[in-house]
Amino acid sequence: MRKLRVATVWFSGCSGCHMSFLDLDERLLEFAERAELVFSPIVDVKEFPEDVDVVLIEGAVGNTAHLRELLEIRTKAKILVAFGDCAVTGNVPSLRNPLPREEVLATVYGTVDPPGLEEGEVPKFLPQALPLHAVVPVDYFLPGCPPSAERIWKFLRPVLLGQRPELSGADIKLG
Amino acid sequence: MITLTIDGVRVQAEEGETVLEVAKKAGVRIPTLCYLEGLSPRGACRLCLVEVRNWGGRLVPSCATPVQEGMDVVANSPRLKELRRTILEMLFAERNHICAFCVSNGHCELQDLAMELGMDHVRLPYRWPLLPLDLSHAKYGLDHNRCVLCGRCVEACSEVEGAMTLGFSGRGVFTLVEADLGDPWGKSPTCTGCGKCVQGCPTGALFEKGKATSEQVKRPQILAEVTERRPRA
Ligand code: SF4
Ligand code: SF4
Ligand code: SF4
Ligand code: FES
Repeated sequence: MRKLRVATVWFSGCSGCHMSFLDLDERLLEFAERAELVFSPIVDVKEFPEDVDVVLIEGAVGNTAHLRELLEIRTKAKILVAFGDCAVTGNVPSLRNPLPREEVLATVYGTVDPPGLEEGEVPKFLPQALPLHAVVPVDYFLPGCPPSAERIWKFLRPVLLGQRPELSGADIKLG
Repeated sequence: MITLTIDGVRVQAEEGETVLEVAKKAGVRIPTLCYLEGLSPRGACRLCLVEVRNWGGRLVPSCATPVQEGMDVVANSPRLKELRRTILEMLFAERNHICAFCVSNGHCELQDLAMELGMDHVRLPYRWPLLPLDLSHAKYGLDHNRCVLCGRCVEACSEVEGAMTLGFSGRGVFTLVEADLGDPWGKSPTCTGCGKCVQGCPTGALFEKGKATSEQVKRPQILAEVTERRPRA
Protein backbone atom coordinates (compact mmCIF):
# COMPACT_ATOMS: atom_id res chain seq x y z
CA MET A 1 0.00 0.00 0.00
CA ARG A 2 1.24 3.46 -0.91
CA LYS A 3 2.02 5.55 2.12
CA LEU A 4 -0.03 8.69 2.66
CA ARG A 5 2.01 11.85 2.02
CA VAL A 6 1.46 14.04 5.08
CA ALA A 7 2.82 17.54 5.73
CA THR A 8 2.64 19.84 8.74
CA VAL A 9 3.11 23.60 8.59
CA TRP A 10 3.75 26.23 11.26
CA PHE A 11 2.34 29.74 10.72
CA SER A 12 1.47 32.29 13.42
CA GLY A 13 1.17 29.97 16.41
CA CYS A 14 3.22 28.98 19.44
CA SER A 15 4.18 25.48 18.16
CA GLY A 16 1.99 23.97 20.89
CA CYS A 17 -0.02 22.08 18.28
CA HIS A 18 3.17 20.52 16.94
CA MET A 19 4.22 19.63 20.50
CA SER A 20 0.85 17.94 20.92
CA PHE A 21 1.45 16.06 17.66
CA LEU A 22 4.74 14.75 19.08
CA ASP A 23 2.78 13.71 22.18
CA LEU A 24 1.21 11.01 20.01
CA ASP A 25 4.16 9.00 21.41
CA GLU A 26 3.92 5.31 20.46
CA ARG A 27 1.09 6.13 18.06
CA LEU A 28 3.74 7.83 15.93
CA LEU A 29 4.95 4.30 15.06
CA GLU A 30 1.56 3.46 13.59
CA PHE A 31 1.61 6.84 11.86
CA ALA A 32 5.01 6.03 10.34
CA GLU A 33 3.72 2.67 9.08
CA ARG A 34 0.93 4.29 7.12
CA ALA A 35 2.28 7.74 6.31
CA GLU A 36 5.37 9.57 5.28
CA LEU A 37 6.08 13.02 6.70
CA VAL A 38 7.15 14.86 3.53
CA PHE A 39 7.29 18.41 4.91
CA SER A 40 7.28 19.77 8.46
CA PRO A 41 9.18 22.05 10.86
CA ILE A 42 10.75 18.79 12.10
CA VAL A 43 11.76 17.60 8.60
CA ASP A 44 14.67 19.17 6.73
CA VAL A 45 12.89 20.00 3.48
CA LYS A 46 12.76 23.63 2.34
CA GLU A 47 10.21 23.55 -0.50
CA PHE A 48 6.63 22.46 0.00
CA PRO A 49 6.41 19.32 -2.19
CA GLU A 50 3.84 18.46 -4.87
CA ASP A 51 1.11 15.87 -4.37
CA VAL A 52 0.62 16.07 -0.64
CA ASP A 53 -2.37 14.04 0.56
CA VAL A 54 -2.94 15.74 3.91
CA VAL A 55 -1.53 18.95 5.36
CA LEU A 56 -2.04 20.04 8.96
CA ILE A 57 -1.53 23.77 9.32
CA GLU A 58 -0.91 25.27 12.76
CA GLY A 59 -1.28 29.01 13.30
CA ALA A 60 -3.11 32.01 11.92
CA VAL A 61 -2.19 33.78 8.70
CA GLY A 62 -0.19 36.62 10.21
CA ASN A 63 2.16 37.89 7.52
CA THR A 64 2.69 38.05 3.77
CA ALA A 65 4.84 34.90 3.73
CA HIS A 66 2.05 32.87 5.38
CA LEU A 67 -0.38 34.25 2.85
CA ARG A 68 1.79 33.30 -0.14
CA GLU A 69 2.60 29.86 1.28
CA LEU A 70 -1.02 29.09 2.14
CA LEU A 71 -2.16 29.87 -1.42
CA GLU A 72 0.61 27.64 -2.78
CA ILE A 73 -0.11 24.82 -0.31
CA ARG A 74 -3.77 24.83 -1.27
CA THR A 75 -2.86 24.00 -4.87
CA LYS A 76 -0.50 21.20 -3.78
CA ALA A 77 -2.44 19.45 -1.01
CA LYS A 78 -5.60 17.40 -1.36
CA ILE A 79 -6.84 17.65 2.24
CA LEU A 80 -6.11 20.85 4.13
CA VAL A 81 -6.67 20.79 7.88
CA ALA A 82 -6.90 23.83 10.18
CA PHE A 83 -4.82 22.44 13.04
CA GLY A 84 -5.58 24.09 16.40
CA ASP A 85 -7.44 27.22 17.47
CA CYS A 86 -5.07 29.77 15.87
CA ALA A 87 -5.69 28.21 12.47
CA VAL A 88 -9.42 27.75 13.18
CA THR A 89 -10.32 31.12 14.74
CA GLY A 90 -7.22 33.35 14.75
CA ASN A 91 -7.04 32.77 18.53
CA VAL A 92 -4.12 34.36 20.42
CA PRO A 93 -2.46 36.03 17.37
CA SER A 94 -5.84 37.66 16.66
CA LEU A 95 -5.74 39.48 20.01
CA ARG A 96 -4.09 42.29 18.05
CA ASN A 97 -6.87 42.46 15.45
CA PRO A 98 -8.97 45.18 17.08
CA LEU A 99 -5.89 47.46 17.13
CA PRO A 100 -4.46 49.21 14.07
CA ARG A 101 -1.37 47.38 12.78
CA GLU A 102 0.70 50.58 13.02
CA GLU A 103 -0.11 50.93 16.71
CA VAL A 104 1.02 47.34 17.32
CA LEU A 105 4.29 47.88 15.42
CA ALA A 106 4.97 51.18 17.21
CA THR A 107 4.36 49.60 20.61
CA VAL A 108 6.60 46.60 19.95
CA TYR A 109 9.38 48.16 17.82
CA GLY A 110 9.11 51.82 18.79
CA THR A 111 8.46 52.74 15.14
CA VAL A 112 5.65 52.08 12.68
CA ASP A 113 8.23 51.24 9.99
CA PRO A 114 10.94 49.05 11.54
CA PRO A 115 13.90 48.64 9.14
CA GLY A 116 13.80 45.37 7.21
CA LEU A 117 10.34 44.50 8.44
CA GLU A 118 8.45 46.28 5.72
CA GLU A 119 10.47 45.32 2.69
CA GLY A 120 12.92 42.73 1.38
CA GLU A 121 13.62 39.48 3.19
CA VAL A 122 11.37 39.90 6.19
CA PRO A 123 7.69 39.36 5.43
CA LYS A 124 5.19 42.13 6.04
CA PHE A 125 2.84 42.00 8.97
CA LEU A 126 -0.79 41.68 7.74
CA PRO A 127 -3.32 44.20 9.09
CA GLN A 128 -5.04 41.33 10.94
CA ALA A 129 -4.20 37.72 11.81
CA LEU A 130 -6.68 35.59 9.89
CA PRO A 131 -8.07 32.08 10.35
CA LEU A 132 -7.11 29.84 7.40
CA HIS A 133 -10.63 29.60 6.02
CA ALA A 134 -10.71 33.39 5.59
CA VAL A 135 -8.10 32.87 2.84
CA VAL A 136 -8.59 29.41 1.29
CA PRO A 137 -11.16 26.61 1.51
CA VAL A 138 -10.42 24.34 4.48
CA ASP A 139 -11.46 20.68 4.45
CA TYR A 140 -11.36 19.91 8.17
CA PHE A 141 -11.21 21.86 11.42
CA LEU A 142 -9.35 20.43 14.39
CA PRO A 143 -9.91 22.95 17.22
CA GLY A 144 -8.16 23.09 20.60
CA CYS A 145 -5.41 25.18 22.15
CA PRO A 146 -3.64 22.92 21.65
CA PRO A 147 -5.73 19.94 20.53
CA SER A 148 -4.72 17.05 22.79
CA ALA A 149 -2.80 14.11 21.35
CA GLU A 150 -5.94 12.02 21.92
CA ARG A 151 -7.99 14.44 19.85
CA ILE A 152 -5.37 14.58 17.11
CA TRP A 153 -5.30 10.79 16.94
CA LYS A 154 -9.10 10.56 16.87
CA PHE A 155 -8.90 12.76 13.81
CA LEU A 156 -5.77 11.38 12.17
CA ARG A 157 -6.34 7.65 12.54
CA PRO A 158 -9.42 7.48 10.30
CA VAL A 159 -7.62 9.73 7.80
CA LEU A 160 -4.71 7.28 7.70
CA LEU A 161 -7.20 4.46 7.11
CA GLY A 162 -8.84 6.37 4.27
CA GLN A 163 -11.99 7.07 6.29
CA ARG A 164 -13.83 10.29 7.03
CA PRO A 165 -12.99 11.69 10.46
CA GLU A 166 -15.98 12.86 12.50
CA LEU A 167 -15.24 14.96 15.56
CA SER A 168 -18.09 16.21 17.76
CA GLY A 169 -18.99 17.22 21.31
CA ALA A 170 -16.02 17.59 23.65
CA ASP A 171 -13.65 16.86 20.75
CA ILE A 172 -14.42 20.20 19.11
CA LYS A 173 -14.08 22.30 22.28
CA LEU A 174 -12.38 25.63 21.58
CA GLY A 175 -9.68 26.78 23.98
CA MET B 1 -55.18 21.73 30.48
CA ILE B 2 -53.75 22.34 27.05
CA THR B 3 -52.74 19.60 24.65
CA LEU B 4 -50.02 20.12 22.06
CA THR B 5 -47.40 18.10 20.21
CA ILE B 6 -43.64 18.49 20.48
CA ASP B 7 -41.58 16.58 17.94
CA GLY B 8 -44.59 14.40 17.18
CA VAL B 9 -45.29 13.46 20.82
CA ARG B 10 -48.54 14.63 22.44
CA VAL B 11 -47.97 16.47 25.71
CA GLN B 12 -50.20 18.18 28.28
CA ALA B 13 -49.48 21.59 29.70
CA GLU B 14 -50.91 24.16 32.07
CA GLU B 15 -52.18 27.45 30.76
CA GLY B 16 -49.40 30.07 30.88
CA GLU B 17 -46.52 27.62 30.61
CA THR B 18 -44.02 28.28 27.84
CA VAL B 19 -43.11 25.86 25.06
CA LEU B 20 -39.62 25.60 26.57
CA GLU B 21 -40.92 24.64 30.03
CA VAL B 22 -43.22 22.00 28.59
CA ALA B 23 -40.49 20.61 26.34
CA LYS B 24 -38.16 20.35 29.33
CA LYS B 25 -40.75 18.38 31.31
CA ALA B 26 -41.23 16.10 28.31
CA GLY B 27 -37.48 15.49 28.17
CA VAL B 28 -36.97 17.34 24.89
CA ARG B 29 -33.72 19.33 24.84
CA ILE B 30 -33.87 22.84 23.35
CA PRO B 31 -30.67 24.89 23.54
CA THR B 32 -30.98 28.23 25.36
CA LEU B 33 -28.67 31.07 26.27
CA CYS B 34 -30.50 34.20 27.44
CA TYR B 35 -33.18 32.20 29.28
CA LEU B 36 -32.51 31.61 32.96
CA GLU B 37 -34.89 30.11 35.48
CA GLY B 38 -35.88 32.74 38.01
CA LEU B 39 -35.70 35.63 35.52
CA SER B 40 -38.30 36.89 33.03
CA PRO B 41 -37.83 35.46 29.55
CA ARG B 42 -36.43 38.10 27.20
CA GLY B 43 -36.30 36.27 23.87
CA ALA B 44 -33.00 38.02 23.21
CA CYS B 45 -30.67 35.35 21.83
CA ARG B 46 -33.03 33.32 19.58
CA LEU B 47 -31.11 30.09 20.16
CA CYS B 48 -34.26 28.42 21.50
CA LEU B 49 -36.17 28.94 18.25
CA VAL B 50 -38.70 26.23 17.43
CA GLU B 51 -40.91 25.80 14.40
CA VAL B 52 -44.70 25.74 14.76
CA ARG B 53 -45.88 23.59 11.90
CA ASN B 54 -49.54 24.59 11.97
CA TRP B 55 -48.64 28.29 12.13
CA GLY B 56 -47.23 28.05 8.63
CA GLY B 57 -43.81 26.95 9.88
CA ARG B 58 -43.32 30.13 11.85
CA LEU B 59 -40.24 30.31 14.04
CA VAL B 60 -40.82 31.41 17.63
CA PRO B 61 -38.53 31.64 20.67
CA SER B 62 -39.72 28.76 22.84
CA CYS B 63 -38.63 30.49 26.07
CA ALA B 64 -41.01 33.39 25.47
CA THR B 65 -43.93 31.63 23.76
CA PRO B 66 -46.87 30.44 25.89
CA VAL B 67 -48.37 27.13 24.83
CA GLN B 68 -51.62 27.11 22.88
CA GLU B 69 -54.15 24.36 22.27
CA GLY B 70 -53.24 22.14 19.32
CA MET B 71 -49.81 23.63 18.61
CA ASP B 72 -47.65 21.33 16.50
CA VAL B 73 -44.09 22.17 17.57
CA VAL B 74 -40.87 21.02 15.91
CA ALA B 75 -38.07 21.38 18.50
CA ASN B 76 -35.33 19.57 16.63
CA SER B 77 -34.78 19.30 12.89
CA PRO B 78 -31.92 19.81 10.43
CA ARG B 79 -33.33 23.26 9.60
CA LEU B 80 -33.39 24.32 13.25
CA LYS B 81 -29.95 22.87 13.84
CA GLU B 82 -28.54 24.95 10.99
CA LEU B 83 -30.37 28.10 12.15
CA ARG B 84 -29.16 27.68 15.72
CA ARG B 85 -25.60 27.14 14.58
CA THR B 86 -25.72 30.28 12.45
CA ILE B 87 -27.10 32.32 15.37
CA LEU B 88 -24.30 30.98 17.55
CA GLU B 89 -21.71 31.89 14.91
CA MET B 90 -23.09 35.44 14.83
CA LEU B 91 -22.49 35.70 18.57
CA PHE B 92 -18.91 34.47 18.18
CA ALA B 93 -18.24 36.76 15.20
CA GLU B 94 -19.74 39.83 16.88
CA ARG B 95 -17.14 40.24 19.66
CA ASN B 96 -13.77 38.80 20.61
CA HIS B 97 -14.07 35.26 21.94
CA ILE B 98 -10.64 33.83 22.50
CA CYS B 99 -11.44 30.83 24.65
CA ALA B 100 -7.81 29.90 25.31
CA PHE B 101 -7.38 33.35 26.81
CA CYS B 102 -10.64 33.64 28.74
CA VAL B 103 -11.47 33.47 32.45
CA SER B 104 -14.44 31.24 31.68
CA ASN B 105 -12.65 28.67 29.51
CA GLY B 106 -14.15 25.32 30.45
CA HIS B 107 -17.09 26.83 32.38
CA CYS B 108 -18.89 28.79 29.71
CA GLU B 109 -22.40 28.28 28.39
CA LEU B 110 -21.50 29.79 25.02
CA GLN B 111 -18.54 27.46 24.63
CA ASP B 112 -20.72 24.48 25.66
CA LEU B 113 -23.32 25.45 23.05
CA ALA B 114 -20.61 25.47 20.38
CA MET B 115 -19.81 21.87 21.25
CA GLU B 116 -23.47 20.88 21.39
CA LEU B 117 -24.31 22.48 18.05
CA GLY B 118 -21.24 21.13 16.26
CA MET B 119 -19.62 24.52 15.70
CA ASP B 120 -16.05 23.56 14.78
CA HIS B 121 -15.45 26.95 13.12
CA VAL B 122 -17.20 30.25 12.48
CA ARG B 123 -18.17 30.67 8.83
CA LEU B 124 -19.05 34.36 9.15
CA PRO B 125 -16.32 37.01 9.08
CA TYR B 126 -15.20 38.17 12.53
CA ARG B 127 -15.80 41.83 13.40
CA TRP B 128 -12.91 42.14 15.87
CA PRO B 129 -14.26 45.28 17.56
CA LEU B 130 -12.08 47.27 19.96
CA LEU B 131 -13.89 47.03 23.30
CA PRO B 132 -12.98 48.17 26.80
CA LEU B 133 -12.95 46.34 30.12
CA ASP B 134 -14.39 47.83 33.28
CA LEU B 135 -12.19 46.71 36.17
CA SER B 136 -13.18 49.51 38.53
CA HIS B 137 -15.32 47.34 40.82
CA ALA B 138 -13.54 46.02 43.91
CA LYS B 139 -14.79 42.44 43.51
CA TYR B 140 -15.88 41.97 39.90
CA GLY B 141 -14.78 42.65 36.35
CA LEU B 142 -16.77 43.34 33.17
CA ASP B 143 -15.19 42.37 29.84
CA HIS B 144 -17.31 43.58 26.93
CA ASN B 145 -15.28 41.39 24.56
CA ARG B 146 -17.09 38.30 25.90
CA CYS B 147 -20.59 39.75 26.33
CA VAL B 148 -23.43 38.28 24.26
CA LEU B 149 -25.98 40.90 25.40
CA CYS B 150 -28.24 38.23 26.84
CA GLY B 151 -29.48 40.57 29.56
CA ARG B 152 -29.26 38.02 32.36
CA CYS B 153 -27.11 40.37 34.47
CA VAL B 154 -29.47 43.30 33.94
CA GLU B 155 -32.46 41.21 35.03
CA ALA B 156 -30.63 39.63 37.97
CA CYS B 157 -29.77 43.12 39.17
CA SER B 158 -33.26 44.59 38.76
CA GLU B 159 -35.61 41.62 39.30
CA VAL B 160 -33.73 39.67 41.94
CA GLU B 161 -31.45 42.13 43.75
CA GLY B 162 -33.67 45.15 43.13
CA ALA B 163 -30.67 47.44 42.75
CA MET B 164 -31.20 48.36 39.07
CA THR B 165 -27.54 49.21 38.70
CA LEU B 166 -27.00 47.52 35.36
CA GLY B 167 -28.59 48.46 32.08
CA PHE B 168 -27.88 48.66 28.38
CA SER B 169 -26.56 51.62 26.45
CA GLY B 170 -26.30 51.99 22.66
CA ARG B 171 -28.02 49.90 20.00
CA GLY B 172 -27.46 46.81 17.91
CA VAL B 173 -23.90 45.48 17.93
CA PHE B 174 -22.82 48.68 19.70
CA THR B 175 -24.92 47.90 22.76
CA LEU B 176 -22.97 47.78 26.02
CA VAL B 177 -23.88 46.65 29.50
CA GLU B 178 -23.18 49.52 31.84
CA ALA B 179 -23.58 50.53 35.45
CA ASP B 180 -25.83 53.46 36.29
CA LEU B 181 -25.50 56.02 33.48
CA GLY B 182 -22.20 54.82 32.14
CA ASP B 183 -20.07 55.59 35.17
CA PRO B 184 -17.33 53.15 36.14
CA TRP B 185 -19.00 50.22 37.89
CA GLY B 186 -16.78 50.68 40.95
CA LYS B 187 -18.15 54.19 41.48
CA SER B 188 -21.77 53.05 41.44
CA PRO B 189 -23.73 54.23 44.49
CA THR B 190 -26.51 51.71 43.74
CA CYS B 191 -24.49 48.48 43.39
CA THR B 192 -24.68 46.41 46.55
CA GLY B 193 -21.84 44.14 45.49
CA CYS B 194 -24.11 41.09 45.72
CA GLY B 195 -22.59 39.35 42.70
CA LYS B 196 -25.92 38.09 41.33
CA CYS B 197 -25.09 39.52 37.91
CA VAL B 198 -21.79 37.64 37.89
CA GLN B 199 -23.39 34.34 38.89
CA GLY B 200 -26.07 34.78 36.25
CA CYS B 201 -23.72 35.64 33.39
CA PRO B 202 -23.35 32.70 31.00
CA THR B 203 -19.97 33.79 29.62
CA GLY B 204 -16.68 35.28 30.73
CA ALA B 205 -18.07 38.83 30.42
CA LEU B 206 -18.68 39.12 34.16
CA PHE B 207 -16.20 37.48 36.47
CA GLU B 208 -14.88 37.49 40.01
CA LYS B 209 -11.54 39.16 40.51
CA GLY B 210 -8.73 37.18 42.06
CA LYS B 211 -10.06 33.83 40.87
CA ALA B 212 -8.16 31.62 38.45
CA THR B 213 -9.87 30.24 35.35
CA SER B 214 -10.25 26.82 36.96
CA GLU B 215 -12.12 28.37 39.92
CA GLN B 216 -14.33 30.63 37.83
CA VAL B 217 -17.36 28.36 38.08
CA LYS B 218 -20.67 30.22 38.02
CA ARG B 219 -23.84 29.27 39.88
CA PRO B 220 -26.65 30.70 37.73
CA GLN B 221 -29.17 28.45 39.53
CA ILE B 222 -28.90 30.60 42.69
CA LEU B 223 -31.19 33.17 41.04
CA ALA B 224 -34.03 30.64 40.85
CA GLU B 225 -33.23 29.41 44.36
CA VAL B 226 -33.50 32.95 45.73
CA THR B 227 -36.74 33.79 43.91
CA GLU B 228 -38.38 30.48 44.84
CA ARG B 229 -37.90 31.17 48.53
CA ARG B 230 -39.70 34.48 48.26
CA PRO B 231 -43.37 34.67 49.30
CA ARG B 232 -45.62 34.99 46.27
CA ALA B 233 -47.50 38.26 45.89
S1 SF4 C 1 -16.87 33.79 26.97
FE1 SF4 C 1 -16.96 31.57 26.57
S2 SF4 C 1 -17.00 31.42 24.32
FE2 SF4 C 1 -16.29 33.50 24.83
S3 SF4 C 1 -14.06 33.35 24.90
FE3 SF4 C 1 -14.79 32.99 27.00
S4 SF4 C 1 -14.94 30.75 27.14
FE4 SF4 C 1 -14.86 31.24 24.96
S1 SF4 D 1 -23.27 43.15 42.10
FE1 SF4 D 1 -25.50 43.04 42.52
S2 SF4 D 1 -26.15 45.15 42.74
FE2 SF4 D 1 -24.10 45.21 41.79
S3 SF4 D 1 -24.48 45.27 39.59
FE3 SF4 D 1 -24.30 43.12 40.12
S4 SF4 D 1 -26.41 42.43 40.56
FE4 SF4 D 1 -26.43 44.67 40.58
S1 SF4 E 1 -22.49 40.68 30.85
FE1 SF4 E 1 -22.97 38.50 30.80
S2 SF4 E 1 -25.06 38.35 31.61
FE2 SF4 E 1 -24.73 40.50 31.08
S3 SF4 E 1 -25.52 40.68 28.98
FE3 SF4 E 1 -23.31 40.26 28.81
S4 SF4 E 1 -23.18 38.03 28.62
FE4 SF4 E 1 -25.22 38.48 29.37
S1 FES F 1 -33.21 31.36 25.22
FE1 FES F 1 -35.03 31.91 24.17
S2 FES F 1 -34.42 33.61 23.03
FE2 FES F 1 -32.65 33.19 24.26
